[in-house]
Amino acid sequence: MLKLFAGFRALALAGLLIAASTLPSLAGPFEDAVGQFANDSFADTEAAVGALASGGNPLALAVISALQDGRLLADPATKQVFIKQADGKIVDANTGASVADVPAQLAAVRLNNRLRRVVDAAMGGLTLVSPDLAKRIQAAQSVFKTHDATMLPLVDGALKKETNAAAKLAFSEARAAILLFKPDASDVEKLEAIATIKSRGDQEALALLTGLSGEQSPVVASGAASAKAAIERNLALWSMVQNAWYGLSLGSVLLLAAIGLAITFGVMGVINMAHGEMVMIGAYVTFVVQETIRTRYPGLFDYSLLIAVPLAFLVAGLIGVVIERSIIRFLYGRPLETLLATWGLSLVLQQAVRTLFGPTNREVGNPTWMSGAFELGQIVITYNRLWILCFTLAVFAILLAMLRYTSLGLEMRAVTQNRRMAASMGIATSRVDALTFGLGSGIAGIAGVALSQIDNVSPNLGQSYIIDSFMVVVFGGVGNLWGTLVGAFTLGIANKFLEPVAGAVLGKIAILVLIILFIQKRPRGLFALKGRAIEA
Amino acid sequence: MLTGLHHNKATPLSRRSWLAATAGLVMGLAAFTSAKAAEDTIKVGVLHSLSGTMAISETTLKDTILFLIDEQNKKGGVLGKKLEAVVVDPASNWPLFAEKARELITKDKVSVVFGCWTSVSRKSVLPVFKELNSILFYPVQYEGEESERNVFYTGAAPNQQAIPAVDYLMKDEKVKRWVLAGTDYVYPRTTNKILEAYLKSKGVAQEDIMINYTPFGHSDWQTIVADIKKFGSAGKKTAVVSTINGDANVPFYKELGNQGIKATDIPVVAFSVGEEELAGIDTKPLLGHLAAWNYFQSIKTPENEKFIKAWQAYTKNPKRVTNDPMEAHVIGFDMWVKAVEKAKSVDADKVIEALPGTKAPNLTGGISEMLPNHHITKPVFIGEIKADGQFDVVWKTPGLVAGDAWSKELPGSKDLIGDWVTLKCGNYNTVTKKCGGQGS
Repeated sequence: MLKLFAGFRALALAGLLIAASTLPSLAGPFEDAVGQFANDSFADTEAAVGALASGGNPLALAVISALQDGRLLADPATKQVFIKQADGKIVDANTGASVADVPAQLAAVRLNNRLRRVVDAAMGGLTLVSPDLAKRIQAAQSVFKTHDATMLPLVDGALKKETNAAAKLAFSEARAAILLFKPDASDVEKLEAIATIKSRGDQEALALLTGLSGEQSPVVASGAASAKAAIERNLALWSMVQNAWYGLSLGSVLLLAAIGLAITFGVMGVINMAHGEMVMIGAYVTFVVQETIRTRYPGLFDYSLLIAVPLAFLVAGLIGVVIERSIIRFLYGRPLETLLATWGLSLVLQQAVRTLFGPTNREVGNPTWMSGAFELGQIVITYNRLWILCFTLAVFAILLAMLRYTSLGLEMRAVTQNRRMAASMGIATSRVDALTFGLGSGIAGIAGVALSQIDNVSPNLGQSYIIDSFMVVVFGGVGNLWGTLVGAFTLGIANKFLEPVAGAVLGKIAILVLIILFIQKRPRGLFALKGRAIEA
Repeated sequence: MLTGLHHNKATPLSRRSWLAATAGLVMGLAAFTSAKAAEDTIKVGVLHSLSGTMAISETTLKDTILFLIDEQNKKGGVLGKKLEAVVVDPASNWPLFAEKARELITKDKVSVVFGCWTSVSRKSVLPVFKELNSILFYPVQYEGEESERNVFYTGAAPNQQAIPAVDYLMKDEKVKRWVLAGTDYVYPRTTNKILEAYLKSKGVAQEDIMINYTPFGHSDWQTIVADIKKFGSAGKKTAVVSTINGDANVPFYKELGNQGIKATDIPVVAFSVGEEELAGIDTKPLLGHLAAWNYFQSIKTPENEKFIKAWQAYTKNPKRVTNDPMEAHVIGFDMWVKAVEKAKSVDADKVIEALPGTKAPNLTGGISEMLPNHHITKPVFIGEIKADGQFDVVWKTPGLVAGDAWSKELPGSKDLIGDWVTLKCGNYNTVTKKCGGQGS
């Protein structure tokens, strides 16, 4: 690094001399490098980044971070380069001074993946001593990945000054990565480095150790091998935890999709093939809500899902009530006709949505609190899956409470258990039927809001869930909400433990076969209703 | 269990309703044409799904053909006659494609058909086009291993999309480890077979190739994305070659973004993701992932700018995107018009004879030519996804690439060629010098 600095000084001097001899041109190495960005050539951009990163000019950081974010603009005609600042102001990249008249023909300097890696590495070098803690850690991570030996003095310096524990750890890991790959590092240093990397223990540490070349002294090689084995053992354990979490998450999606069907099919006994379309309608309600928010009240975007949930419930529920009143009530006790009618209805609803919103996917954005992930030990948990799990359990609890503690719930249970007796007790059974079907459809609509976060919002959304939903309800036991819960999580977890072994396609087939075998043994599912009620 | 149930019950129902609907359509058309004297127009069949799962992709292609017919009629039509579109909806139902194709040719007497998207729909209409001797223009990239007298393939063969993309990753990104991920059907399976053979011929070891198939519409990608991450942390540069099709792409890319796999770490190059598919995703986390196509909307040529402007004006939507299969239809339609004018007839035999050698400008500044094997020459572009859902071209082939009907990478087809001009054969074996060699 010091050598590079000396080199730069010499270059700068030379540059100054040239500049002095060829006035009025003021080009120095920094200006030359910046000028290369305007050439629209990946090779020139790469050279320019390299020159800036080692140049030590204080403006270099601003230029490279602008390049990283696509804010570095060039004028192809005059070869001038500008930075668009976060507040939208355009400044000259050479001087940092604001520009009075901005050329019209500005285009962002283009990057490809290879360049992005170069830029990330350069940023790593430049932000190692950044006052921002997150940036320092990020810089240390990028050094860990590139383990460029020239970075060692910088990392050492940063490590000495560092006070924050997390950043200190990141720096010492970056230092270990550099030492491990440094050809002239001693065996003692390398073994220490291996210990540091081993205690990090994640995929990247494993990748680093795997990438170590074969030409190492026997001590280092065996140290690396045993560290690798230890990390692999640890990761294998974590992968079980990971499978269990994925299973829970898949189970929550299955439960959410099936919970409405557990009411319409499970409680009422209507084979409702249009159930998936209620989910789809819920997703489209989310889209409409987000679209309105985007155009009218952009500040509310993070609350869009909270607004969409009650609306989706109302819209889907209302459609459900209309369907029950106009079609289903004429078909009670005729399962085959119900099946055909609701299947036809599902096609009608799909085509209606296709005509209204177009056949292509609609974009539903994730609010900030639902995007990204966090690490728990060695597994990655994405926020959207976590929220969906919580949301599903909440919906389930509310539904259960409603059936148990409200008068509508009481009436519903009475009507399903013995319709004639309920009627003679003065319950308006047809009204309860309509409300029950509406409730099931409304809950399907709510499911649509959540599923819009992980799946496409297209007219076909519902189709992909209808079979899984029936599977869950039948497996769990028709007419039993707890059965649906247990069924969904069992299927989810079984699926996720089978998938790594058998692959996604075979895993799905295996699950289907297992369910068929299970139904042979227990035709009424996991939790069968007992007593006279089921015969009514 | 339930799948079987609703298939058995539903197909007769929907087929019946289709028959009713098409009967109505035919009667309407009959009334319309008899009033106008039947010989006034040349009929062009459009066989794209407007409902069902494939409507998402195929509806745009129907609009494209209608747009092209409209433009051609403004220029005075073909052979002094106006063109007239006959649109049918095969509803993403593969057997229905064959029925609808038969109806277009025998009842509506169309001179040419533009249509199909999935390979299975193309395979389903093939016998119909052979039997009734008509012409099909097929606009989608596909797995190759086919050359038929009645079909003209204007989409990319594997050597015009998959192989150049892998070459790019190997040379520019120095990729050493490969994940071939696809949806479980014929196009991804054949393409991956070709790619696997190609990678091995380039010295890639078996343990550096991971192949993964998922069902149509797969939506839970957690395990697979985690596997890819694990596979990618073996200390060698890794890339994903994705032949994942249709709706499954959105949850796949969402999961990639959420699990923090960046294009700088593990790039994904896709063969079925274009501008239309990206319209449904928030593309910011996907920055830098790649797609290989023969056309991108963002390519700046005068032809392309003119086309986009006219298309957006025709659809009255200033944000309507264009994509690769649309360009294939533009080229195919232009070639058909030129061949008809050369043959001075719409007779299928004469047009099939006139088509090879026909040249038409593509929208990216080159001139594509119909080859004797009924495939065309095309340039290949690699684009990186930008934050606005468009692609930034980072690499392209120096010239146009001729489409191979039969892959040179597979042992079963490496000696086969298709030549409908001199050899009059779609699967001529250059070793045994016989027509009717073994295909795969």
